[in-house]
Amino acid sequence: MQAILSQVMIGLVNGSFYAILSLGLAVIFGMLNIINFSHGAVYMMGAFAAWMGLNYFGINYWAALLLAPLVVGLFGIIVEKTMLRWLYKLDHLYGLLLTFGLALIIEGLFRNFYGASGLPYSGPEVFSGAFDLGFMILPKYRAWVIVASLTVCFATWYVIERTRLGAYLRAGTENPQLTQAFGINVPRMVTLTYGFGVALAGFAGVLAAPIYQVSPLMGSNIIIVVFAVVVIGGMGSILGSILTGLGLGVIEGLTKVVWPEASAIVVFLIMAIVLVLRPAGLFGREK
Amino acid sequence: MKKIGLAALIAGLVSGGAFAQAKLSDDVVKIGILTDMSGLYSDVGGEGAVIAAKMAIEDAGGKVLGKPIELISSDHQNKADIAANKAREWYDTQKVDMIAELLNSAVGLAVQEVGKQKKRITMNSGAAASRLTGADCSPYGVHWTYDTYALSNGTGKAMVKQGGDTWFFLTADYAFGKNLEKDTTTVVKANGGKVLGSVLHPLSSADFSGYLLQAQASKAKVIGLANAGGDTINSVKQANEFGITKGGQQLAGLLVFDTDIDSIGLQIAQGMYLTTGFYWDMNDDSRKWAKRFGERHKGKMPTMVQAGVYSQVSHYLKAIASAGTDDPDTVMKKMRETPINDFFAKNGKLREDGRMVHDMYLAQVKKPSESKGRWDNLKIVQTIPGDQAFRSLKDSECALVKK
Amino acid sequence: MKTNVKILYLVLLGLAIVAPLVGAYPVFLMKALCFALFACAFNLLIGFTGLLSFGHAAFLGTGGYIAGYAIKSMDLPFELSILAGTLAAAAVGYLVGSLAIRRQGIYFSMITLALSQLIFFIYLQAPFTGGEDGIQGIPRGKLLGLIDLENDLVFYYVVLSIFLFGFWLVYRTIHSPFGQILKSIRENEPRAISLGYDVDKYKLLVFVISAGLAGMAGSTKTLALHLASLTDVTWQASGEVVLMTLLGGLGTILGPVVGAIVVVTLQNYLASYGSWVTVIMGVIFVLCVLAFRRGIVGELRAAFNRP
Repeated sequence: MQAILSQVMIGLVNGSFYAILSLGLAVIFGMLNIINFSHGAVYMMGAFAAWMGLNYFGINYWAALLLAPLVVGLFGIIVEKTMLRWLYKLDHLYGLLLTFGLALIIEGLFRNFYGASGLPYSGPEVFSGAFDLGFMILPKYRAWVIVASLTVCFATWYVIERTRLGAYLRAGTENPQLTQAFGINVPRMVTLTYGFGVALAGFAGVLAAPIYQVSPLMGSNIIIVVFAVVVIGGMGSILGSILTGLGLGVIEGLTKVVWPEASAIVVFLIMAIVLVLRPAGLFGREK
Repeated sequence: MKKIGLAALIAGLVSGGAFAQAKLSDDVVKIGILTDMSGLYSDVGGEGAVIAAKMAIEDAGGKVLGKPIELISSDHQNKADIAANKAREWYDTQKVDMIAELLNSAVGLAVQEVGKQKKRITMNSGAAASRLTGADCSPYGVHWTYDTYALSNGTGKAMVKQGGDTWFFLTADYAFGKNLEKDTTTVVKANGGKVLGSVLHPLSSADFSGYLLQAQASKAKVIGLANAGGDTINSVKQANEFGITKGGQQLAGLLVFDTDIDSIGLQIAQGMYLTTGFYWDMNDDSRKWAKRFGERHKGKMPTMVQAGVYSQVSHYLKAIASAGTDDPDTVMKKMRETPINDFFAKNGKLREDGRMVHDMYLAQVKKPSESKGRWDNLKIVQTIPGDQAFRSLKDSECALVKK
Repeated sequence: MKTNVKILYLVLLGLAIVAPLVGAYPVFLMKALCFALFACAFNLLIGFTGLLSFGHAAFLGTGGYIAGYAIKSMDLPFELSILAGTLAAAAVGYLVGSLAIRRQGIYFSMITLALSQLIFFIYLQAPFTGGEDGIQGIPRGKLLGLIDLENDLVFYYVVLSIFLFGFWLVYRTIHSPFGQILKSIRENEPRAISLGYDVDKYKLLVFVISAGLAGMAGSTKTLALHLASLTDVTWQASGEVVLMTLLGGLGTILGPVVGAIVVVTLQNYLASYGSWVTVIMGVIFVLCVLAFRRGIVGELRAAFNRP
């Protein structure tokens, strides 16, 4: 029982990363109909931005938590304005291919300059040490990750589903022409949304930096799992991605107890099953 | 007078004849360095390995038997198929005589196989699998720096003798990791210890928390890390987060390189035991060489793999010079006859199964207070003599060993 | 076909026959041909039926592992080993296809990606594949029990023959009533359905053919290079074949061949530059998608057809 509970806690931590990343993907897909294959790469950029900030500019963790997503988000905006914009009229597949190519470029460049071993990055002092929860020791930093991710996720969900800005976003996705006719600058919304989705990934990157190595490979290691999460949750469904991310993190953790070798693919297994039974995803709506 | 003259004439003819026999294929000695330049192990071998080889060539004078020595290098990206193809292409079309480095066990095995087929020499510094000189041995294959047997023998034995008699393994789920776990289990049991359990993790995992929790719950005195590179680094860092060492359990890194310690940092890695074939700070000769190396490699100190490359290339060149030819069979014979005495090894011997037997070292990671600078990371705790460190010939599965 | 095109094919065939005799490295040529076949098989799906399979490496790898195992550990003769690889890949293709075909567009691609990851895992764990080490030292056997295939030059012509057979098969498939229906599915699937065609059956059939041919390419490649490894079942390999086809020209017949040769050559010559290969691939991807969507052959065709 102890083992199970502790794995559930760990699973929640991993699940939080899946949740933020799939949230960003879902937001981008919902708004732009683009599967952002470069999401892993920008997550990695976020971690690197934090590392570079610390090692080149002396910027600490807290500032990085704010600045890195902005920097990465800006990068996303530039990509959208210069490249993605031209693909909206084409088949979805081209967006996927372009972002795939981008992912290769970004990862290749970072690998060239920073090697593949990974660079160390320490979390803030206030989070060193651990909580003794009785059934396990939980490092304070990981507890913080859960709190931070959940806060950001639900804040995003709230804005999109419950505020006027969110309403404009949703309208712009459903019917761009009509929304534009109402005087809302849809292209700008699209750009900002992409930037926001990417910034979310960058934020996840900063959160991840103290736990995993800051390595150029960290993006490609996680990206396909996150895709699976988004597909299971239902592309375009915000709540779906969050809950699925957390849930799959927990399931992965439990798998590690009963059948560790399978923990890498349990997510894909579930995805295949869900796709056959409910193609729009657990929470999605088929368009 | 005439007799002396005759003797001189005969001597002249004989030596002239010997010189006339000095033949180099294609009039050049071409050496290829096949390593990981951009991936997980690029810091362990990579550019540094190429630099080490260059140094060996320069120190030999850039020429052997009056002909030039050429160096060519390529990145195999840790993929056995890319490596095997490159090796084949080099032997077939690029007149390469010997391929060195070859880290990553899958690569090492694949390229040694190519060398075996084409009857050309491969000298392995970076791979771990003891199978290279065991079941998969080759008459043209050489395994220089370390192997899984030596690693498990060194660290495993030492830790059990120090009281670490219950073990739990965190193992990378592929041949190398499983091999390492198996070899270490044998050593632990042979020395009176017990293995309480193990868990397999996928290669290149980012998150070890789940596995570490299991290790913690087992209450084993030693947690053996049967993995390498980024996986080891992550395991150690995360073990620290979960207070594993503070809780009294020790970490045994079964394959840890200098560059890994540099990545992890002394604060976290301190106290960990590891076995290595070479450490840059182990004696005056090694320090001198390491300094020269560092000047050419951005101040980084050499890993055992890189030092091994220098040593093996030098030995190869010396063998050619004294054999008078680069014919693979002759050179292999010469390399086996000549002991290895350089900064890397003293009285090292190349056996008929391809294993270069030399002393191994049990080291411990220093505490931050004990370290005087960035690369001052290890202290050598024990020297394990070569004949005890490596698998003995009588236990060998190699077909070349006459029993 | 048009005379110009016939001449073009003859010239290319001539070049292929002569190449190793004038100094080109046979093993490299064999690798290029196998990937060309793989890309042609892939193009059947994306170029002619409009289905983007993002997990095609699963079939390349299946062909390779089964053929390698067959010839090395089961001592099957050369011809049977290749056949075994091809059929195994077709079988896997049937399984994957039947699941993936149920959904369209991006969902189809995601299913193929997920399933190929599953297959990757299975091969990683299965003892017969040798995991990270792969199956090494795979012999080539003898052709018809007589001709020793270890000689690179001899085997090159065997590989060329296999490639030509596969290419011919693709060509016949495209230029047949079956091929026409595939194109109609690509253009306008609802209309094809309304015309009474059992669209799913056609999709599944072309998926199986594509998978089988990819398996044939994989089997041949494994025997050419003496090695079967996990590299062939990674999603990066799936991405590479997409790149080859995109670069060469989706929906053209020679496009995948051209694309494959270009990519394999690039990878070979840039091998010493490590990560730059990845970057360059990425750049080519991006450029193709933004400005070069018709690919090399597509652009050439457009240039030649301009009056």
